[in-house]
Amino acid sequence: MLSGINLIAVLGLSLLTGFAGLFSFGHAGFMAIGAYSAAICTTILKLPFAVGIAAGGATAAGASWLIGRATLKLKGDYFCIATLGFGEAIRLILDNFQGLGGARGWPGIPPSTTIWNILILDVIGVALLANLVRSRHGRNMIAVREEELAAQVAGIDVFKYKMLALVVSAAYAGVAGSLLAHYMTFIQPKMFSMVKSTELTIIVIFGGLGSISGSVLGAVVLTFLPELLRAVDKWRLVVYGLAVIGIMIGRPRGLMGGFELTPASLRRHFADRKEAKAAKAAQVAEDAELGKDGL
Amino acid sequence: MSDILQVRGLTKRFGGLAAVSEVDFSVREGGIAGLIGPNGAGKTTIFNLITGVYKVTAGAVTFEGKDITDTEPYKIADIGITRTFQNIRLFKNLTVFDNVLTACHASAGYGLFDSLVRTPRFRREEKVLRDKSIELLSILGLADRKDAIANGLPYGLQRRLEITRALALDPRLLLLDEPAAGMNPDETEQLMRLIADIRDRFKLSVLVIEHHMDLVMRLCEHIVVLNFGQKLADGTPDAIRGDKCVIEAYLGGGDE
Repeated sequence: MLSGINLIAVLGLSLLTGFAGLFSFGHAGFMAIGAYSAAICTTILKLPFAVGIAAGGATAAGASWLIGRATLKLKGDYFCIATLGFGEAIRLILDNFQGLGGARGWPGIPPSTTIWNILILDVIGVALLANLVRSRHGRNMIAVREEELAAQVAGIDVFKYKMLALVVSAAYAGVAGSLLAHYMTFIQPKMFSMVKSTELTIIVIFGGLGSISGSVLGAVVLTFLPELLRAVDKWRLVVYGLAVIGIMIGRPRGLMGGFELTPASLRRHFADRKEAKAAKAAQVAEDAELGKDGL
Repeated sequence: MSDILQVRGLTKRFGGLAAVSEVDFSVREGGIAGLIGPNGAGKTTIFNLITGVYKVTAGAVTFEGKDITDTEPYKIADIGITRTFQNIRLFKNLTVFDNVLTACHASAGYGLFDSLVRTPRFRREEKVLRDKSIELLSILGLADRKDAIANGLPYGLQRRLEITRALALDPRLLLLDEPAAGMNPDETEQLMRLIADIRDRFKLSVLVIEHHMDLVMRLCEHIVVLNFGQKLADGTPDAIRGDKCVIEAYLGGGDE
């Protein structure tokens, strides 16, 4: 279940980092905004869970829009630092805001998150993202990532597309936060610290930048891994770290870097292999022929 | 024929340095004009000023009778001007086809919602974009390379792809920044024919920065010579060839 929730946040971050090329270390902040907004809707306002999720996504998107207006003009690393500051600021505000439980946390949120609504939202999330990426909007984001100046000269409003990527990705994080709140039934600012943001970024990079299937795979594997490693007890996080390092050395572009797992790509892959095999066979036959002539 | 682009009193200062000062020239509609001058004369700066990459210090740029001074770079493409870069700037990790397809975006009007749920409008317009990209690639002779990654193309073809991408935006004025840089005489010859061809086929005007004198003299109908940010001369190739100031700037004059 946690994999599924993480996946939604990871999908959003994948759009921002993998496709639009912007690194964020403040996505836990958007999750926090989503979680608290959704909790306010369902617990205090007694609204249905679906409304809570929508509100969580919408408030996170709104917050990201404000942040984007202020910081998206910043280049590369500076934007990254701004998001880091934002994430921590949100956590500290919630820490000190007693009305919502403050640092002690907020218990008693209804346990509305089920495996089914996670699965449904996962599927919708993947489908919408895949559609977005393979449209002119998605292509424009990729163009911004690849070569900002050329994108601009090609008539792409760089600021607008960075903003679009940021807002959509924050909405995903907000939805993930809402689900998390109603799964744990308890939220605490500490859950949304920088460690959480970093974890999301690691998953995206681990899965491969610019690949949705990579992000899905990364989210499932890396959320499960620490659980599987419970056997090695207190060494588990060390093993987890080593596993991540090992894979990054073996596949520097991430598990699926730039490659998508779709029926079409699989077919192409196997066709290529068949071709390569045929070519090799032909080569061997030719060599044999030459050998005969030589003798 | 009227002028499609007019530059009046164009000046750009970086601190105390005047990279371009008081430059006037114009490009005729349907013409091919050349911008030449020694290194550091301010040629690329002028391109950057026209396309809004730099802010103009003084002067005005007029395109088709409208003032476009200091327009945001991304709006310049909508207005009808596109350019290539001296150091090629492709979307390196994308395929040749995707490079062109991305640039075609302006020809589609579907919105974000259409993208997310793949409405019939999305499918229809997306098909138009794909057909257009393929057509452009065939015209420019890149169709058989369409699935290659841009970065892996030979240098000459990368240049060609950059021009194709610029054409995908349906420009009426094409700015080429040293398109023949790094090309051998054979490739230069081909490129020259290509530029003339493009002008006729797409009915556009061209302004080209180039160091290959041979190419400039044969291709351009009108040449502007710059030196140290100032205009030295302006005229037909023959007039330029005989201009004393120009010869002096290029070959160095004797002390007087």
